[in-house]
Amino acid sequence: MTEAPKPTPAANSRAGTKKELPEHFKAYKHVWVAVECEYGVVHPVSFELLGEGRKLADKRGAELAGVVMGGDEAAVSAAAAACFEYGADLVYTVTDPVLTHYRNEAYTKGLTDLVNTYQPEILLLGATTLGRDLAGSVATTLRTGLTADCTELAIDDEGSLAATRPTFGGSLLCTIMTLNYRPQMATVRPRVLSMPMREVGRTGRIVPHALGLAEDDVVTKILKFVADRDSDKPQLAYADIVVAGGLGLRSAENFQLVKALAEVLGAEYGGSRPLVQKGWITADRQIGQTGKTIRPKLYIAAGISGAIQHRVGVEGSDLIVAINTDPKAQIFEFAHLGIVADAIELLPALTEAFSKHLSVNRLAG
Amino acid sequence: MIEDRFDAIVVGAGPSGNAAAYTMAKEGLKVLQLERGEYPGSKNVQGAILYANALEKIIPDFRDDAPLERHVIEQRIWTMDDSSYVGMHYRSNDFNEEQPNRYTIIRAQFDKWFSRKVREAGAILLCETTVKELLRDSHGRVIGVRTDRADGTVFADVVVLAEGVNGLVGERSGLRPVVSSDSVALAVKEMHFLPREVIEARFNLQGNEGVVIEAMGTITAGMTGTAFLYTNQESISVGIGCIVSDFEGTDQTPYGLLEAFKSHPTIKPLLEGSECKEYAAHLIPEGGYSAIPELYGDGWVVVGDAGQFVNAVHREGSNLAMTTGRIAGETITWLKRRRDAPTKANLSEYKRRLDATFVMKDMKKYRKIPQFLHGTKQVFGLYPQLISQAAQTWFRVDGTDKRSKEKEILRSFRKARTLPGLVGDAFKLVRAWR
Amino acid sequence: MHIVVCMKQVPDSAQIRVHPVTNTIMRQGVPTIINPYDLFALEEALRLRDQIGGEVTVLTMGPPMAEDSLRKALTFGADRAVLLTDRSFAGSDTLATSYALSVALAKISQEFGAPEIIFTGKQTIDGDTAQVGPGIAKRLGLNQLTYVAKIAELDPAAGSITVERRAEGGIQLLSTRLPVLITMLEGVNEIRRGSLASAYRAAGEAIVTWSAADAGITDLSKCGLRGSPTIVKKVFAPSQRAEKVQMVPVEQSPAATAQAAMNAIFARQPALEGELMRYSAGC
Repeated sequence: MTEAPKPTPAANSRAGTKKELPEHFKAYKHVWVAVECEYGVVHPVSFELLGEGRKLADKRGAELAGVVMGGDEAAVSAAAAACFEYGADLVYTVTDPVLTHYRNEAYTKGLTDLVNTYQPEILLLGATTLGRDLAGSVATTLRTGLTADCTELAIDDEGSLAATRPTFGGSLLCTIMTLNYRPQMATVRPRVLSMPMREVGRTGRIVPHALGLAEDDVVTKILKFVADRDSDKPQLAYADIVVAGGLGLRSAENFQLVKALAEVLGAEYGGSRPLVQKGWITADRQIGQTGKTIRPKLYIAAGISGAIQHRVGVEGSDLIVAINTDPKAQIFEFAHLGIVADAIELLPALTEAFSKHLSVNRLAG
Repeated sequence: MIEDRFDAIVVGAGPSGNAAAYTMAKEGLKVLQLERGEYPGSKNVQGAILYANALEKIIPDFRDDAPLERHVIEQRIWTMDDSSYVGMHYRSNDFNEEQPNRYTIIRAQFDKWFSRKVREAGAILLCETTVKELLRDSHGRVIGVRTDRADGTVFADVVVLAEGVNGLVGERSGLRPVVSSDSVALAVKEMHFLPREVIEARFNLQGNEGVVIEAMGTITAGMTGTAFLYTNQESISVGIGCIVSDFEGTDQTPYGLLEAFKSHPTIKPLLEGSECKEYAAHLIPEGGYSAIPELYGDGWVVVGDAGQFVNAVHREGSNLAMTTGRIAGETITWLKRRRDAPTKANLSEYKRRLDATFVMKDMKKYRKIPQFLHGTKQVFGLYPQLISQAAQTWFRVDGTDKRSKEKEILRSFRKARTLPGLVGDAFKLVRAWR
Repeated sequence: MHIVVCMKQVPDSAQIRVHPVTNTIMRQGVPTIINPYDLFALEEALRLRDQIGGEVTVLTMGPPMAEDSLRKALTFGADRAVLLTDRSFAGSDTLATSYALSVALAKISQEFGAPEIIFTGKQTIDGDTAQVGPGIAKRLGLNQLTYVAKIAELDPAAGSITVERRAEGGIQLLSTRLPVLITMLEGVNEIRRGSLASAYRAAGEAIVTWSAADAGITDLSKCGLRGSPTIVKKVFAPSQRAEKVQMVPVEQSPAATAQAAMNAIFARQPALEGELMRYSAGC
């Protein structure tokens, strides 16, 4: 990721803007998705990536492959089977007890060995804690380009991967390319891409590969794992209805109004980045590019200005309702319904309206 | 605590503090400067005008690298009513000189530059460090300060209080009374960005020429105050302020006044198409000579806004700040060279030198102005309206003969204010002015 | 013990605005700050040093004005500051950055002693990639621990370290051997206010300044734009959505507006009304 992106391509006129792919990279083909599978569960972001990978592979006239690494035969097979159902043509598997739990050294070796052996042109990973830990190591080992937290992936006219992501603190978008190195790597946050259709019964080829690493070779040991208490965890990413508040709420106390409406709607609640910085909400309830990306059926944004880094986190919503006192607020550029009003007054009114409507009709129904 | 002992501690890195610190450091004194803001200038707000004469006496070649916006070639003084102004303008090519006399500046950049000079001269600056109180010995002599950082004491022969209009340290240490709300004004300003070609076309300027507009009248809703509009290279500074005690009891706010001022039919076109990118507020000393506190004592002196050194009539403050800072620095250096202790008696030299400069002379000259303005509110309402009406009557050619016009103008004044009233106001003004 | 903290000076992104007409970034007067995530790493480093003894060195690759941030780090209590600055670094992506930093870190090892721990922040607020830390670890052959919430145990003599790491779905307790590279999670501590003595020392301290050559970086083709496999093809504002927002008219009372809003929501999403009924019935 370029440290200081220039506003015009002309400024990048030195070596790098032209595609001069060295000979040995020309043989690199196919689109890979590194599948994240821990404790027997495939992270949904991997399926979202397979969905997108399928489109990229089709555009390239190439194959889509999943990469599954793990310690347990059964789990790896199950994950591979799922990959096929989500569109993969083949799945590379690396099964070894050393890979039982994610550790950087082992997974980096496994993935880089596969890349060096089978040479994909594109490698995608989910931007999760595991994915980010792994992607940087792999990209550095391979000395190739990596673009993080992409909001859009596409193949350009010359067949290269165009990765788009927000920049400058989220005020603008930029498109980044890795023209002269392979594979072109990119990470995407969960829920940015939509979940593809699952084709039950679809199969493909499995290509097993050896890890070539002994437990003694791996210095880092996992002593213990303490799972989060589920009841505490917000399920923002997969919620159908989300209510969120921003600085327009003016005080931490007023955030209760958001929670009240969420409760009536059976919705999840969250807030924009500044609220986390102010300590009004916890970081796991941050909605936006560096927080959670959501794709609910209904998203109500109260007192949120709508900067790009928030926009990219909610654009996938079916219906965005924005409440803001400023008619020129950016959020009205991408909301579906807009109300120029004070959220502090409108939220309780909405809570009341929904509550009455739903209970009245329930009685009547 | 800091083990080293200093010749002087300067509290504050604004114009007066920088002037004092620079002057002393240049002469080889060991100076520690303490600024509460994140960086010098972060807590300062000004229009802003730089008076070259005052700075030349400290850094003669400041023009080489100081960040300067435009040099002022035209001054406009306006009295305004709700829809018009009557102005006196002076523009002269004489101001397009080798070493121009006044510049508009942007304080954030200027203060950074000035502070860099201070450090290059050898003073040590610590930011984000607030002085909480003065430390005294058993005789009551000031011997150092205590700051808000852990283990925050440091000692020096003399403390220069360049702490600005609130003067909290001085107040807490009993060196001065609490600043009263009728001797400070609360002013707000905005910076509006416009391409330089637009500014140059709109104000009839070439190159780095600049215009200064100072205005008063009904724009302050009957309260004692003024407004300003300055041209920078690619922006316009616009602001307005009134005496704090005048705000009390009304539901006027400084920001409300500024919005109204910006919408004034004569101001609005000047800001057309601009984008407001900065907003700031600050207090300005307006008490005049009688509000000046004790300026020196055993081991301490007061400079700049903390000493209420603002010329309300001419809207000069930063040059008084720099001059008082410089003179304090020179006095302290002079005492050090003679190995004289900075006692109250010896530091009286500071006041003596100040008395000989324009600083004290102007403060004394206008010492009755604050009182005059407080007691003659017509200056902000009635008179601007009468003057505007008179001007319109005078300049509107409508078939009335000129003698009748003159009579009408005179009659309007007499009717509004009565002859004794007019004479009384004139008399008071003359007395306050002299 | 020697601990190095890699720190970056960034524009305060919260203050960056886009010109509505020209679509360019208005960098004017945007203040620069220490990347907030790095402060958690710095505080952790200072705490370890206070506990176990040793030195904390802060390293920044950046333009000359990054010196301000380094001086601030000294004010917080760091023992030494190194600025790596050279025109040839301009335009570096994360691969080129991790290259330059790792060579400089090798030089720091040579001059000031090999660090047992190298800290970086989780990510930067201007790049958000979280890639440089892992890149450095890979190049220097360090064991890598990311998203560290807490250092549970540290034994420099035995060369071992145990940390709590935030993983997906829970906290891992990991142990590994020194030297390590740790990227610190946010919110785990609060950067201290330096004492007056620290601030004073910082004001006078010389910042070690290295050009690429000083740091021992000989292969300039690995730096800057030339050394960056990724390039920015274009920067743009998102296109206006074709469908404009439908404004719900504001009524006299919030209650009436709320009613109108609710009706508009159900009109556009009839299925939603049914689902909400069912949800509410089940409550």
